[in-house]
Amino acid sequence: MRFRAKIVDLACLNHFSRVINTIAKLAKTCTLRLTVSKLYFILSDKVANGGVSMWCELCQGNFFDEFQMEGVAAEHNEIYLELVPDNLSRALKTAQSAKAVKIKLTNKHCPCLRVAVELKEEVASGMLLLWSILLVSIYLPVLKTMKSVVERMKNLSNSIVIEANLSGEMNLKIETDLVSVTTHFKDLGNPPWASEDGCQSSAQGRDLENMAEARIDIKKLQQLLAGQQVNPTKALCNIVSKRIVHFILLHEDVSLQYFIPALA
Amino acid sequence: MPLSAQPPANGEPYVLAASLDNARHLSSLLRAVHFQDHATCFATANGLRVTVEDAKCIQANAFIQAEIFQEFAVQEESVTFRINLSVLLDCLTIFGTSSLPGTSTALRMCYRGYGYPLMLFLEEGGVVTVCKINTQEPDELLDFDFCSTKVVNKIILQSEGLREAFAELDMTSEVLQITMSPDKPYFRLSTFGNAGSAHLDYPKDSDLMEAFHCNQTQTNRYKISLLKPSTKALALSCKVSIRTDAQGFLSLQYMIRNEDGQICFVEYYCCPDEDITEAEL
Repeated sequence: MRFRAKIVDLACLNHFSRVINTIAKLAKTCTLRLTVSKLYFILSDKVANGGVSMWCELCQGNFFDEFQMEGVAAEHNEIYLELVPDNLSRALKTAQSAKAVKIKLTNKHCPCLRVAVELKEEVASGMLLLWSILLVSIYLPVLKTMKSVVERMKNLSNSIVIEANLSGEMNLKIETDLVSVTTHFKDLGNPPWASEDGCQSSAQGRDLENMAEARIDIKKLQQLLAGQQVNPTKALCNIVSKRIVHFILLHEDVSLQYFIPALA
Repeated sequence: MPLSAQPPANGEPYVLAASLDNARHLSSLLRAVHFQDHATCFATANGLRVTVEDAKCIQANAFIQAEIFQEFAVQEESVTFRINLSVLLDCLTIFGTSSLPGTSTALRMCYRGYGYPLMLFLEEGGVVTVCKINTQEPDELLDFDFCSTKVVNKIILQSEGLREAFAELDMTSEVLQITMSPDKPYFRLSTFGNAGSAHLDYPKDSDLMEAFHCNQTQTNRYKISLLKPSTKALALSCKVSIRTDAQGFLSLQYMIRNEDGQICFVEYYCCPDEDITEAEL
């Protein structure tokens, strides 16, 4: 994974800062999703009851003069980060009359967004610590089986825990006072990770058996699965532990993506 | 400490352990008695009996004998617990209810005894689901005291003859009236609904009638809302025996053949709605 970007235009910088300030007011933490052309700030804090999630979408071309991104895999050219927008906002405050602001993803000791502000006279830089991200990408099991299981679980509980690891294992779990049910899927396969230097994939050195998990609204999952009339060519999901589950369903000419935020 | 809380003498941790290659053998029978959320399970070396009651007037029992299971081991004389039947059915059918040819869900059921949850392990196509369902103190059950010596009237019918009648019962009628008699009309089902009364007669020499033993003319009424759930058992069955005693208590026994051709029974007992036993129609 690699990311480096640069803003030189003052107006763009101020605009970007204002966006970050707004986001900082709305949520303590957020998930940042980077693609080749866009930045998404996904707010999974409950903005209103019912788990409504919000995201803010920016076209990188409107802000950055330079923008280079290489995601976790060629077929899945995206990067997920979790950050505290307030920290980024404060870093950008120092850049109010800067010549340029450079943002880079590094992983010397742990994943970090490095914000370097080039002032007229001196260069100041700061490091924004990122939470160590637990992100697992896994292929979904046969949708028909997943559909049946989730349908039944929906009768028993309002929320479901979906967890998966890099050993191709996924569990669906519900637990209430009356009953607990866990369905274990094995040998699902994980999409290949690009192993680059710079920012290594978070899998390096991490136990392959570690589960990323998220508790989500079971109705939302059931609706997503019920909507799949035809089997997709490829179906996978990204679980950002305790934050969000991102489903990608690829058909021949259509790709469908769903975000289901984690419940508090 | 009650006996059932002590671990069994031979060191086996489960007082009830059973295996079934096809969970549908159990789930389809339980659906036939699923008209309330709660059921009482009673297991002995002979097999499993699941009882559901309502309004202190109706009782349904599903019997799954030990021979149906690939393994059925009970460590005590009997094991009893109350369980949420809706939850149990959702777990048994976790992989879906459609019976695709060649696919079936394998089941292993384990129970450690009083106070412990019922554990289910279900497997289909390499996917395993583990369920833990809380159990409760068993209820005291009604005893209809229905034995063959007290039976006044008895008929055995082929289920296909009754299926349509029961499926189309006039539910605007409060009662289902059953008349059994050695004389005409022999066996009559009647309803009294908003549109009027409807009568369905089955002559004693009908092809559908497998046995006819009526000694006395009896007319009894039963709350139709209580009997309607028995339609599920009727739908699964090939034969049904209908018996009444001197008080007008009704026993319906359904003979059900499962996918492998094995025989199981479901029975419904029902109290009469009014104390009407007419000597003459």
